[in-house]
Amino acid sequence: MNLSIMWDAVPKLLAGVPVTLQLVSLALLFGFVLAAVIALMRLSGSRIASSFAATYVFVFRGTPLLVQIFLIYYGLGQFPEVRSSIFWVILREPYWCGILALTLNTAAYSSEMIRGGIQSVPPGQIEAARACGYSRFLVFRRIVAPIAMRQALPAYGNEVILMVKASSLASTITLLEITGIARRIISQTFAVFEVFIVAGAIYLVINFLITRLIRYAEWRLTPYLRRPA
Amino acid sequence: MLELLAWGDTGWGDELVRGTLMTLAVALCSFALGQVFGGLGATAKLNGGIVTRAIAEVYTTVVRGVPELLVIYLLFFGSSNAVMGIASLFGYTGYIEVNAFTIGVLSVGLISGAYSTEVIRGAIQAVPFGQIEAGRAVGMRRGQIFFRILLPQTLRYALPGLGNVWQLTLKDTALISVTALAELMRSAQIAAGVTRNPFLFYVLAAVLYLVLTSLSTYAFDRAEKHANRGVRRA
Repeated sequence: MNLSIMWDAVPKLLAGVPVTLQLVSLALLFGFVLAAVIALMRLSGSRIASSFAATYVFVFRGTPLLVQIFLIYYGLGQFPEVRSSIFWVILREPYWCGILALTLNTAAYSSEMIRGGIQSVPPGQIEAARACGYSRFLVFRRIVAPIAMRQALPAYGNEVILMVKASSLASTITLLEITGIARRIISQTFAVFEVFIVAGAIYLVINFLITRLIRYAEWRLTPYLRRPA
Repeated sequence: MLELLAWGDTGWGDELVRGTLMTLAVALCSFALGQVFGGLGATAKLNGGIVTRAIAEVYTTVVRGVPELLVIYLLFFGSSNAVMGIASLFGYTGYIEVNAFTIGVLSVGLISGAYSTEVIRGAIQAVPFGQIEAGRAVGMRRGQIFFRILLPQTLRYALPGLGNVWQLTLKDTALISVTALAELMRSAQIAAGVTRNPFLFYVLAAVLYLVLTSLSTYAFDRAEKHANRGVRRA
């Protein structure tokens, strides 16, 4: 164990934290929007829309994220048509390819959580709202969405943690986030354990903070479950 | 396109199939190893003393909280050092290389085991304590209680969770490609590099992974049906 290597590695690895956090937060943001669309398609009752959504989820949950990243970064760049299209601005950058792959991946998982949340809303509440003369949109905004969100939050918290860990795969397409930098330091110094400990600790701290945040959000959203003080 | 997938030296069909089998082999061995770690971890968490419980707690927290890739790098770059360190205690100072298959199985097994620990622990706790008391009351020995009451029911309760762990394990084996073990992902990478046809080969890899995951979904569904055949449903 070499403490000075460990100490030197701390600032270098911390420099990768912003990249990791950007990858995760952008992917979660875009992914959530896409997931909501897919969940609504799945529940829309239209056969075409719901089978498209089901296929999407099946494909993205059934294949490793690494394959998805390589397919987007290396696979799409193979075609001259793609390289001359406007999408090339995004697809030639490993950064945006990473975000795209993470977005598509998390959308597949979160859409199922959103669907579960929406389906868990008791039908009686929707009927009650209708009986009060709520429009369809108002029912969704005031009744379905809040209850579904509360129901899906614990599972979504796990998904956020999984995304933090999944963002490490962006290092395979040359992005220097925490794992990418860790790999580089290891190949320069051969101090495997030291670097692993520091990088692992950074990830653990990030994940710990996220679990705390989610737990706080859960606490805020379930005032009726709190014991009266 | 078809000649790219031909069998033998001219095409990549046989490499991909061999890669798929290698993926399956790594996944099966890792999952089996994961069950060993999972069983030990769950036992430690439920029945262990302070020290063993703390070790199990650290194990599951660290392995589940750190990216899989980092765990694989740790074993990939660190295992030779560790093995040589142990060997030097016995007076052997030569270079020892741990082969990629062992590293892969060890690292994915370690990850698989951390998730299995929680699944198995939950399943053991799901067995009603009254049944164990009943076993004691009719004079069963500890081993009998374990094999006749605890184990069969734990298996049934753990099956859905273990199905998820298996899917995770199967997909995590793709990360082993960074150690240059010729599993499915690595074979696709090589083929993509040589033929300059990455799209085709990564799509094929995705399809082969889909085949593996759908087959396992089917197998676990069947197993669950079989395990629950005696359970009355309301």
